[in-house]
Amino acid sequence: MPSIRGNVRVAFEFSLPSVCGNVRVAFEFTLGPLRLQEAFVASEASVFMNQPPPHMSRPSIIIKLILGLLWTITHLAISFLNLWSHLIYSLECYLISSGLLRKYQNLHLGRLKCLAIVVDSKEAKSTVKVKQLLCWLSSMGVKYVCLYDIEGVLKRSFEPAVNVSRDRTAGEHFGIGANIKDLHRSQREMVIDCLSGSDGKEGIAKAASLLCSTYFNGDTHGDGKRKPAFTEADMASALKAVGCGGPEPDLLLMYGPARCHLGFPAWRLRYTEITYMGPLKSMKYGAIVKALYNFSKKHQNYVLQIRYTN
Amino acid sequence: MSISAGSYRYMKDLKAEKPNEMVTNGVLSSLQNFLRKCLIAILSYGPMPKHIAFIMDGNRRYAKFRSMQQGAGHRMGFSALIASLLYCYEMGVKYITVYAFSIDNFKRDPSEVETLMQLMEEKINELLENRSVINKINCKINFWGNLDLLCEPVRLAAQKLMASTAGNTGLVFSVCMPYNSTSEIVNAVSEVCAERKELLQSEHAGDCNGHAANNGVHSEISVADLDRHMYSTGCPDPDIVIRTSGETRLSNFLLWQTTFSHLQNPDPLWPEFSFRHLVWAILQYQRAYPYLEQNRKLAKKQL
Repeated sequence: MPSIRGNVRVAFEFSLPSVCGNVRVAFEFTLGPLRLQEAFVASEASVFMNQPPPHMSRPSIIIKLILGLLWTITHLAISFLNLWSHLIYSLECYLISSGLLRKYQNLHLGRLKCLAIVVDSKEAKSTVKVKQLLCWLSSMGVKYVCLYDIEGVLKRSFEPAVNVSRDRTAGEHFGIGANIKDLHRSQREMVIDCLSGSDGKEGIAKAASLLCSTYFNGDTHGDGKRKPAFTEADMASALKAVGCGGPEPDLLLMYGPARCHLGFPAWRLRYTEITYMGPLKSMKYGAIVKALYNFSKKHQNYVLQIRYTN
Repeated sequence: MSISAGSYRYMKDLKAEKPNEMVTNGVLSSLQNFLRKCLIAILSYGPMPKHIAFIMDGNRRYAKFRSMQQGAGHRMGFSALIASLLYCYEMGVKYITVYAFSIDNFKRDPSEVETLMQLMEEKINELLENRSVINKINCKINFWGNLDLLCEPVRLAAQKLMASTAGNTGLVFSVCMPYNSTSEIVNAVSEVCAERKELLQSEHAGDCNGHAANNGVHSEISVADLDRHMYSTGCPDPDIVIRTSGETRLSNFLLWQTTFSHLQNPDPLWPEFSFRHLVWAILQYQRAYPYLEQNRKLAKKQL
């Protein structure tokens, strides 16, 4: 009986023209060694074929191939749907940036005190794109921007451009460096805060260490309670003290291949509205206007009440 | 398995029917089950999530839109939860976490909080008495959160349920109630401090010189130390976080654990969340999987 040894890789790739250039659709899957990966699939196959589950039988190969084909077709169909909705979205963004859609013309950014931008680290290496983004935000009237990427690429690229050194208290304004010329031209001062993965979990660990050492120094004889009763306010002060304090963004725009926050500092992400913008290389002015407009229309249950009581 | 999610919902809506109608409905139900299993088989060809977290938003809006009583939306939400749990079990998802009640929710209207607490106590006691659902999926139930904030009957019921399912080895179902991510982190910091203090005391007892340098070493806390004291220790990070009703906030839910989780915000309200929405969620996850997996591996290498 013939059997397939090793891995078989099947790949589909084609290009489709679109308003934003050629879109490459690539799909590949691997037919691994013929051990059925999912026990569920194995049991269903044997029940379906009325046979004991052998590892290398022809019916199981056929079933696996059919499942693989159906799975690939499903994802191809989704890719086409995504392409179609992307075209419509691109058209809408073009209409917004050309000023033809009236409702987007006057943006009310009163509620937007702080905006966060999370960028995938590979995409963050394209500093031209990031600078363009910052120029757009400045021209829209955004006052405070937190730039974040997990590996610290943005910190290395943009922090030297900032004039005044980082102050440990939250909300301190510091000027924009002469390197970002376009921002000077816009005549509006925008505060830029650069964060990286080390301000996330590691920042919390540093603050925890500070709290711990303060606790030990205050109670050296060990006569106190078994477990210290730290509060969230204690933690917030400790974070400020180690340089990981800062305002909580009202809105977070995510640029990257997938929708995840990539470890943005937890203490600043509690009630932040998160909007996924797609890859940085295909960023659009109209998309940002739309995101800011949608944010200004949103109604948050209890968030304002919670923020002011904390 | 003899009880499937589709059957569960079907049984809940069952009214008195004629025998012919029952046979037809039975056949339709079997067909539905078969189609569902085929769909799951196709889906399982690609990468499947091991841990899904749900923020069950939209119960009150659901009740309001249908002019139902306030508590009715939460009851419908509970049915949707059990159905989703069973669907996830069929798909091979090993860990499910749900955001049942936030510490911030105590600030809501007291009558609503009371209704919710009564509903939780009722449902926990129901699960304790009628163990068919738990036994079918061999479910281990955890309650993550500051249980001291709950009133005594609910707390005792929760602790009893945790104890009675502690030995189960199937699906791990974690209910976050009452929970805040920031309060979880603070709790972890407190526990690490307490642990270090005990260590320091035992060393101090053995060595009477009490060096200040030891204090410095013992107060250094790492990310791994905090990980060990989170409520979610032992569970992998969520692969998908689904917040229904289209809201885009995390609302202080699993902020520590969701570094590389795929965030999804489907529009349906939680009581409307069904199998097809779950399938769509997993399909979206499968498309993002290569990028998320690459980032996770990179982060692990750097540790």
